[in-house]
Amino acid sequence: MDKKTVLFDAHEAMGAKIVPFGGWAMPLHYGSQLEEHHAVRKDAGMFDVSHMQVVDLTGPGAGDFLRRLLANDVSRLKTPGKALYSCMLNEQGGVIDDLIVYYLRDDWYRMVVNAATAEKDLGWINSQASAFEVEIDPRADLAMVAVQGPNAREKAMPLLPEALRGPASELSVFHAATDGSWFVARTGYTGEDGFEVMLPESDADAFWKGLAEAGVAPCGLGARDTLRLEAGMNLYGTDMDEETLPLEAGLTWTIAWDPAERDFVGRKVLDARRGAEDNQKFVGLVLTGRGVLRNHQKIFVGDQEVGEITSGGFSPTLEKSIALARVNRSVADECDVEIRGKRIPAKVVKPPFVRNGKACIEV
Amino acid sequence: MSNAPSELKYTKSHEWIRDEGDGTVTIGITEHAQELLGDLVFVELPEEGASVESGSECAVVESVKAASDVYSPVTGEVSAVNEALSDAPETVNEDAFGDGWLFKVTLNDSAELDDLLDADAYTEVMESEDH
Repeated sequence: MDKKTVLFDAHEAMGAKIVPFGGWAMPLHYGSQLEEHHAVRKDAGMFDVSHMQVVDLTGPGAGDFLRRLLANDVSRLKTPGKALYSCMLNEQGGVIDDLIVYYLRDDWYRMVVNAATAEKDLGWINSQASAFEVEIDPRADLAMVAVQGPNAREKAMPLLPEALRGPASELSVFHAATDGSWFVARTGYTGEDGFEVMLPESDADAFWKGLAEAGVAPCGLGARDTLRLEAGMNLYGTDMDEETLPLEAGLTWTIAWDPAERDFVGRKVLDARRGAEDNQKFVGLVLTGRGVLRNHQKIFVGDQEVGEITSGGFSPTLEKSIALARVNRSVADECDVEIRGKRIPAKVVKPPFVRNGKACIEV
Repeated sequence: MSNAPSELKYTKSHEWIRDEGDGTVTIGITEHAQELLGDLVFVELPEEGASVESGSECAVVESVKAASDVYSPVTGEVSAVNEALSDAPETVNEDAFGDGWLFKVTLNDSAELDDLLDADAYTEVMESEDH
């Protein structure tokens, strides 16, 4: 039986089509995935992301622990509320999960990990923590709502607790503010401006309905996926997993190599493979012929198979089919994708495809 | 529950067939099928003049979610395809039984239509899928 978030009844009342996702019963769409996508690009949309797992790490050893656990370096976080995107690797350099970590105080960090991997992640985190003075507290008492789009912050602001409105209005990108059990971050997974709001479960229904009354469109997992794909953001389990090095998933930028003596989990393998000639590269594709790119389609240059699509789909903003793909280093500007037995031409581009409502590539 | 107009014939794989009374039929996917697929973004149709066989794959409809094959419900020759869908695949979502038709076939044997489902039988197919 799939778990339900505290907003499940609200989703059903709004006509959501519910699907299983990572052990949860979640909205796929509320009628039209395309309209939800456009609402986020042009105005404001909201996503129930309460299925994601919030983990608080507290205690005097929290920072040192995270410098061992994560491939990115939390000592880059100097101001309270600053966020960092990182991979959590295994000893082989494979990606256990990707996550966001917020620095709140020297003895308090907050992580948000994926729903489908939450149990595995917590097992791993606990197994690595014994040498550190750190308490690991998975928060089951919080709901989370992402409000995204050019008008999202303005529409959400009046619904925040009064004490948070001032700090929230002053947040820079990738920063958070907190008051009591409420937590507001200027982060997201859509390529648009907006907030991700953590709040007590008991407040979630009123917040969600208040946003709907303010004209924020409820959006499901379908639009979330096309938005993040256009934004060139990786999806765990699809674009990378425990068998994939971040070096081959377009995530090299998230690895903090300096200082060289920081011994994070997976470092030995990454150091050995850094810059290796046979590493595959991670690219964007835009289909120039007719069809739709899908996960696992094979990529060719001439007669040679040179890689595979990791995430493919239709871009509602560009009205083209786009994809993220892992290919041999030799691949240059053009390739073919095999779709139902036919080779269809595609252009190789550098993601993102769309940011802040605008195309980032020529189509 | 989606409707199933009584003047049409159907298949278990969610195609609809309208008998034009002149030896040709018009074929599309049902309201129920487009609901299952979600927003359509691409339609690949057979070539005009192509031969199709009952039960064979002859078109593809792709939504934001997935690709789905369309099977010809009859045997014959494709006499027309709905070219307008290549620029406006969403027409299938908006009007599955009307402007969202996919292609027309000149039948080899009009008796074939007797083997197709009527609206009541198709409604039962939809209901059984909902459980």
